[in-house]
Amino acid sequence: MELLVAIIIGVLTCCAVFLILRARTFAVMLGLTMLSYAVNLFIFSSGGLKIGVGAVLNATEEYADPLPQALVLTAIVIGFAMTAFLVVLSIRARADLGNDHVDGKLPVAKNTRQGASS
Amino acid sequence: MNHLIILPIIWPLLVALLTLLPPFDRSLLLRRYLSVGGSVVLLVFSVLLAIQSTNSPAQLYQLGNWAAPFGISLLLDQVSSLMLCLTAVLAVASSLYASSGEDEGGFFFHSLLHFQLMGINGAFLTADLFNLFVFFEVLLIASYSLLIHGGGKAKTKAAVHYVILNLVGSALFLFALALIYGASGTLNMLDLGAKVATLSDTQLQLLQAAVALLLVVFGLKAAVMPLHFWLGSAYSSVTPAVAALFAIMTKVGIYSLLRVFAMVLQDAGFVASWVFPVLWWTGLLTIVMGVLGVLASEDLRKIASYLVVVSVGTLVAMLSLGTPESVQALLYYLVHSTLATAALFLLADLIAHQRGKAGDRLVNGRKIVQPVLLGSAFIVVALSIVGMPPFSGFIGKLLLLQAVPQGEAILWYWSALLGSSLLLLIALSRAGSILFWQVAGADTEARMAGGRRGTALVLLVLASPLLSLFAGPLTDWCQAAAVQLQTIVNISPGAL
Repeated sequence: MELLVAIIIGVLTCCAVFLILRARTFAVMLGLTMLSYAVNLFIFSSGGLKIGVGAVLNATEEYADPLPQALVLTAIVIGFAMTAFLVVLSIRARADLGNDHVDGKLPVAKNTRQGASS
Repeated sequence: MNHLIILPIIWPLLVALLTLLPPFDRSLLLRRYLSVGGSVVLLVFSVLLAIQSTNSPAQLYQLGNWAAPFGISLLLDQVSSLMLCLTAVLAVASSLYASSGEDEGGFFFHSLLHFQLMGINGAFLTADLFNLFVFFEVLLIASYSLLIHGGGKAKTKAAVHYVILNLVGSALFLFALALIYGASGTLNMLDLGAKVATLSDTQLQLLQAAVALLLVVFGLKAAVMPLHFWLGSAYSSVTPAVAALFAIMTKVGIYSLLRVFAMVLQDAGFVASWVFPVLWWTGLLTIVMGVLGVLASEDLRKIASYLVVVSVGTLVAMLSLGTPESVQALLYYLVHSTLATAALFLLADLIAHQRGKAGDRLVNGRKIVQPVLLGSAFIVVALSIVGMPPFSGFIGKLLLLQAVPQGEAILWYWSALLGSSLLLLIALSRAGSILFWQVAGADTEARMAGGRRGTALVLLVLASPLLSLFAGPLTDWCQAAAVQLQTIVNISPGAL
């Protein structure tokens, strides 16, 4: 199970890095969301992965580490708020700057001058 | 328990919420009184805490009375109380300056200012690494909004970079925290410090991976080379009162580095073997990049922004020496450089509004309306930043130079610091002579630096001579703070 979780976190992070490097606000936003999924899974597994053990004390002999669950909850809430802010900011940037590139201007391609349209 | 410790976090939160409620939501005037008054009260709390922490052992505050490694704890020692006082002084100056018109750009200015103060104070007080993350996020989300306060293309563009970079930074911070928890089973700073010695080799490797991530996160906050590229555009596009407050933001990164590497992990072998060398060289390179930025800047606000980078480099390289003397010098220089750059941001705005269309760009412009006030303020701030006697920069740089141990370190640090001072002297004299002496055209009707603006400016400018006047007691105090910081970890969390 550890291997499976590790692979999932790795794949999520790879996709996130790829999307963030696309340098368009929408792609970056998706990338950051994926990165926060990867982070959440990672924090969740930091207390050790166990199957079939109780989350509540005294319910079973063994119990899962409660702290990472609390941390994950906090991280999810904060990540959610930050993503919401970024969505609004991206819309504002699209309106203010006339394009959705994170640098505020489109890179000029070799043959076609895409930047001229904005 | 001493409940005063939590007030620097609760109080700004209360003030921020009050500004949203009647009768304050109807009248900007009332909001201004509340905001400035709130900052002054915060300063009183901070000074009281500083007096309490002087020559007394560090105090822990257990939120909800949960025992130390399990509950959330706040830690008050001399270093954190010093940072609280510094923040509160900036808060007073910033809210006062903003009250003269800058806060009309949006309804929530004063609320955001105090939410930001809450985050900054929380980051300075917390003794829990996860809580540090939470307070980072509080101060960041307020700073995102303050950054684009007033709107405009330049701000939006800078904000997109700043927000995305910091979101990636937050994700890395969480990875680091999870690794630390996985490796050591604790996130409490004091507990972690006590447990480092008992960790096995595999756990230490995990911890080192976490530390590498933390270096990136704190380096991004502090704007250490090569993570400093966001700072120039962000700091030079924000409104002046916000820029003055942001002068403390990079210091939050420095403070976190100090807490984690000079206090929590000071006994871990890997800190001396690779963390400090990394900080040393990146710090020195940051000085070089900052000075190049200052020399290449075309306006005074850009110069002030890159001066922040220079001071960050100076402090980070000093931090990596890890001795009590270096921490002492660092604390004194940190206070001086924060106040001086904040004053320069306010000054740049006043100069810009008195030179007609030329603004604060280094070109010929209209004659400045209040040459005596602004000119003498500029001379004090510039001499102080360069490090000329009799101002605080001189004493600060002297302490830094003395704190470097004999050997190869002197060669690098002395040449970086003295070389940068020389180049800053050239850059600032050029800027000053162009701004004040190369005048053309008729006199202008301009925004005067009277009342609130003048008071805020004078408050920050006067800090420099005051810091050098009281340098004796202050350096002794910083020395006690440094010694306390490095011995605190030997006390078990339960004993406090």
